Amino acid sequence: MSKILLVEARLHLRDGASLLFTIALPLMLLVFLGRAAGPAFPALMVMLSVLTLSFTVLPTVLATYRHQGVLRRMSTTPVSPLRVLAVQLLINLVVAVVSTGLLMAFGPGLPRNLPGFLLVFVLGTAALMAMGLVIAALAPNGKAAPTIGSAVMFPLMFVSGMWVPREYLPEVVRVIGDYSVAGPFARALGDTWVGQAPHLPHLLVLAVGLVVSGALAVRVFRWE
Amino acid sequence: MDMKVIEVANLRKRYGDHVAVDDVSFAVAEGEIFGVLGPNGAGKTTTVECVAGLRTPSGGTIRVGGHDPVGDRAAVRRILGVQLQSAALPDKIKVWEALDLFASFYPDPADWRALLDTVGLSAKRNTPFAKLSGGQRQRLSVALALVGRPRVAVLDELTTGLDPQARRDTWDLVERVRADGVTIVLVTHFMEEAERLCDRVALISSGRVVALDTPDALIGGAGAAQRVRFRPSAPVEEALLLAVPGVTGVVRNGEQVTVTGSGDLAPAVTLALAERRIVPAGLHIERATLEDVFLSLTGRSLT
Repeated sequence: MSKILLVEARLHLRDGASLLFTIALPLMLLVFLGRAAGPAFPALMVMLSVLTLSFTVLPTVLATYRHQGVLRRMSTTPVSPLRVLAVQLLINLVVAVVSTGLLMAFGPGLPRNLPGFLLVFVLGTAALMAMGLVIAALAPNGKAAPTIGSAVMFPLMFVSGMWVPREYLPEVVRVIGDYSVAGPFARALGDTWVGQAPHLPHLLVLAVGLVVSGALAVRVFRWE
Repeated sequence: MDMKVIEVANLRKRYGDHVAVDDVSFAVAEGEIFGVLGPNGAGKTTTVECVAGLRTPSGGTIRVGGHDPVGDRAAVRRILGVQLQSAALPDKIKVWEALDLFASFYPDPADWRALLDTVGLSAKRNTPFAKLSGGQRQRLSVALALVGRPRVAVLDELTTGLDPQARRDTWDLVERVRADGVTIVLVTHFMEEAERLCDRVALISSGRVVALDTPDALIGGAGAAQRVRFRPSAPVEEALLLAVPGVTGVVRNGEQVTVTGSGDLAPAVTLALAERRIVPAGLHIERATLEDVFLSLTGRSLT
C-alpha cells in the first residue's frame, strides 16, 4: 500500500497544471483579492480547490488509468486496482487539506468555528469527490473526463455563488443552488469561516449528496 | 507425462449474442513455449483473459497450476505473469518506479534491477513511460509480467507494431526467459513468430481450436505441400521421383524439375538422386508455413 501511495503521490507532484489550479490559483486569488472580497472569501477559495480536484483532477487520472489499461494491468497482479482508487482519493484529499492549510496560513488565519469548518470540509469534500468518481466512470477516456467535469463544475460554481454573490442570483437559480451540494457546501464553509454554526439543512444536503453519489459511483464504476 | 501447468477444457465465452470463444481445449506443459495462433478476432485474447481470471467463462473449465482462475484468483495471480495487449502505464511513471511498484505487489519478487538488465532497459531506468519507444514499452511490459517470479508468463501480441529489429530482440528475450525455466503462453497472429519460438501451437479460428501440434508436425501434416526445385546433373525419369515416399507430383520446366509432396521431402528426393549419382544443382526448398497450414485448414488467411 505504501509503495502505491508513494508512486501515485510522486506522479501527482509531476503534474504541474493540477498543482497550479488546485493550490497556487486559490492562494493567489486570496492574496491579491482577499481584502476586498469579504470575510467569507477564503472559504470560497477552499471550495474552488475542492471542486477542481473533484471534477477535473480525480476523474482525469482515473479515466486515463481505465482507458489506457492501467487498472486492467493491475488486476492481473495479486493487488486489487481498488487500491489505486483508494490511494487517488487519499492523495486528492491531502492536496485539498494542504491547499486549505496554505489558505489559512497566508490568509486571515483559522476559521472562527474550526470544528464546524472541519466537519463541513470533510463531508462536502467526500460528497464532491463521490460525484467526481461518477464522472470518472462515465467519461470514455482521460481527455473527455476534464471536459465533462468542467461542464458540471462551472454551472455548480455559478449556482453556488462563486461568480456572482448568491444574493444577486435570480430566485430559481438560488433554489437550484441550495440543493446542488456545491451551494450548501459554499454557504456552510462560509458560515463556519466567519464563526457561525453550520445550518442543519446544508449538512443534510451534503450527507444526502454523499450517500447518493457514493452509491451511484459504486454502481457505475468500471475497471476497464 | 509432462506436468500440465495450464489445462483448458471446452472453454466457451459469449458476450450477449456474440460467441467470442466457442469450444477451446488445450494443455500447456511446464517449461514449454505454447503458441496460441490465429487471426484477429479468433478469440485468442478472450481465451487468455479467461485463463488469467480477467473474464468469467460462460462454459468449460480452466485450471492454472490446479487452481480455478475465477474461484481462486489469488492463487492464480501468484502463478501467472500477464502481459496484456492493451495495458499501458501512467505517462509520467519512470521505468524503475514501475518495476519497483509491481515488485511490491508480490510476496517474493525478482530483483528488478537484474530484470531491467535482462530486458535491456538499464540505460532507460529513469525514463518516463511516455518517452519509451514501442519496443522498449514491450520489453518493460515483459519485465513487469516476470517481476513476480511467475511459473507461467502469458504474452499477448508481444511484437505487434514493432519494427523487425525490435521484434527479433523481443524474440531473443522470450527465449532467454524460457531458458530460465518460465513456461510461456504466446498469443500471436504472426505465423513466423509462432514457427520460430513455439514448441507447440494451437491454431484458433472463429473461437475453436482447428489444430494443435508442433509447428513441424503441423507444417508436415495433411494438405501442407512442400516444393523442391533443382536442375539435375543428368536426365532423370519422372517415375524415379514419383516412387519416392511422400512425392505427389513432378513438373518439368526446361532443365528445371519441381517436385511437390509432404513429409521429409527434400532429404528423400536428394537421397533417391544420389543413388543414381545425380546431383541436384541449385536446390531450392519451399517449405509450407503455418500460414499455409491455417489456410488449408480453414480456407482463411491469418492476416
